[in-house]
Amino acid sequence: MPTDAGTLTREQVLDAYRTVLRARTLDDRRFVLNRAGKLAFIISPRGHEVAQVAAITALQPGRDRFCLYYRNFAAALACGFTPEELMLSAFARAADPSSGGRQTPGNFGSRRRGVIIGSSTVGPQIPKAAGIGLALKWKGEGALCYVSFGEGATSQGDFHEGLNFASIHRCPVIFFCENNRWAISVPQPLQVAGPGVAERAAGYGIPGVRVHGDDFFAVHLAVQEAAERARAGDGPTLIEAEVLRLQSHSTDDDQRAYRDAAELAAESARDPIPRMRAALMQRGWLTAEDDASLREEVGREVERATEAAEAAADPDAGSLGRHVYADA
Amino acid sequence: MPERNLVQAVRDALYEEMERDDRVCILGEDVGRKGGVFKATEGLQQRFGAQRVLDTPLAESSIAAVAQGLALEGFLPVAEMQFADYSFPAFNQIVNEIAKVRYRSNGDFACPLVIRAPTGGGVRGALYHSQSPEAFYCHVPGLKVVLPSTPADAKGLLKAAIRDPDPVIFLEPKKLYRAERQEVGDGDSAMLPIGVATVVRRGADVTAVTYGYMRAVTLQAASRLSADGIEVEIIDLRTLRPWDVESCVRSIEKTGRVAVVYEANRSGGWGAEVAAELAERCFASLDAPVSRIASPDVPAMPFSPTLEHAFMLNPDKVADGLRRVARY
Repeated sequence: MPTDAGTLTREQVLDAYRTVLRARTLDDRRFVLNRAGKLAFIISPRGHEVAQVAAITALQPGRDRFCLYYRNFAAALACGFTPEELMLSAFARAADPSSGGRQTPGNFGSRRRGVIIGSSTVGPQIPKAAGIGLALKWKGEGALCYVSFGEGATSQGDFHEGLNFASIHRCPVIFFCENNRWAISVPQPLQVAGPGVAERAAGYGIPGVRVHGDDFFAVHLAVQEAAERARAGDGPTLIEAEVLRLQSHSTDDDQRAYRDAAELAAESARDPIPRMRAALMQRGWLTAEDDASLREEVGREVERATEAAEAAADPDAGSLGRHVYADA
Repeated sequence: MPERNLVQAVRDALYEEMERDDRVCILGEDVGRKGGVFKATEGLQQRFGAQRVLDTPLAESSIAAVAQGLALEGFLPVAEMQFADYSFPAFNQIVNEIAKVRYRSNGDFACPLVIRAPTGGGVRGALYHSQSPEAFYCHVPGLKVVLPSTPADAKGLLKAAIRDPDPVIFLEPKKLYRAERQEVGDGDSAMLPIGVATVVRRGADVTAVTYGYMRAVTLQAASRLSADGIEVEIIDLRTLRPWDVESCVRSIEKTGRVAVVYEANRSGGWGAEVAAELAERCFASLDAPVSRIASPDVPAMPFSPTLEHAFMLNPDKVADGLRRVARY
């Protein structure tokens, strides 16, 4: 039984589907480039793409703030980053809009898009989002802060501190946990006490929602409801999206070494992208022909992005000491 | 001009800056209703309200993180860590997040904020209310670190720190909070530049570079040495990062001898870095090895008065150290 599309239009959903395809196609290309020795390090969103794009589609890039984490490649595209920009980041080029080639790809930032620059430690963005939410509440313009993280980050003290603060001050924040049940090699039973992440919301007196991360409409609806609460001054929401990690933690990891082969095979058969496609076709919003031409178009776009990024300039070595302080 | 002690000067600086700019806000444990455990924020919540003077949960990481979120949204937060010893739970937020915002975003984001904390010992504060952790923060490019030792310096430098475009760690020697009163100016005339040392005593025989509570101790030591015919030139750094190398070099070129006097543990203290830099810069002018006069390498200052006394530098210990350098 597919979830209701709610207020979403066909155009919005097809646009989101294109973003999902972009993320997957870019990711595939990055792995080819990694194996060819051209890209140093990748963290893949594989299996998370539908949940990420569904969540961002329910929000307002340009108005809202986004504290993303390193697996949010598809979310970054949904926030307005272009394939070429993400490839510039993958190649650590000077024109990488997030950091000019300073950070590993996956630390997204763009002031004009409201994407708050990330870092590679786990969880510090959670209380930071509470602070941004407090500022947005003070400004009273109805904007909210979306912050995402994996279930591993919920073990950090910063998770507790962030939710506690945001709840006390009813900050307009959406805490979005992408639970793929694996923090590198540590499975959920060794990571998260109790039934799951969503239940923890009760301790802070805020709504906790668990959704199937492969159901575009269900994730969209959950985030939309959380956004309505936040904008109405009713405080934060904790959402736990159950997703699959269809790729190893990073290019420096091989999950076949610690995960059951049958389980991996079963999960790859549950790839959320074919499910989203089927849901669109079932609604009559997408035909097989449309899908084929869309994929072809995205493939060409990724090809162009790769060529442009590969040809782009590296940062100048003389720029190493820039932006340490305002005057340098 | 009114006479003020150091903690009153801190409070006056906060008051004036909050009056001047409504983006300035204060957050921390007990800063609101109580006015701070040392009364540095006394009366400010009554004057400016519970939003701009915010009592936070007892959770230092989120205090730093929320301050960062407010700064990213254009506010100018002054966060209080109740004791510098308690800033370590916020270490990741300060070092990995706040200090690196500008650098890791290639200049797209900035994080102007102040983190105030009472520092140092000699008040029977024992291991966890006496530490001098400035070296941890001075080691981090992206942070500025200020440690004043007089009411006028505290006021002028705190006002400058609040107006600075970069994050400033502002350490206040708690032993001096109520030690002396002096005339302190108002408004912009009270401002002092960050990064400029002051010569507090002229002398031709040996240079003592110091900061914080050790300024007063070194002054007493210098009076004793004067009776023996040794004249000490004392430089109070006031700002530890950036620090005023040139003022020190000028003095050493005159005296040919230098000791760095600091209250923190000797090994790896910021005074060790100052000593190393001065040894490099002044080698040709030196008639004696650059010396460190500092506290012993034990974990922290004990509670017992006997042990506290054994730990702390005092005028006798500093005079002995300076005499050795002068007579080398």
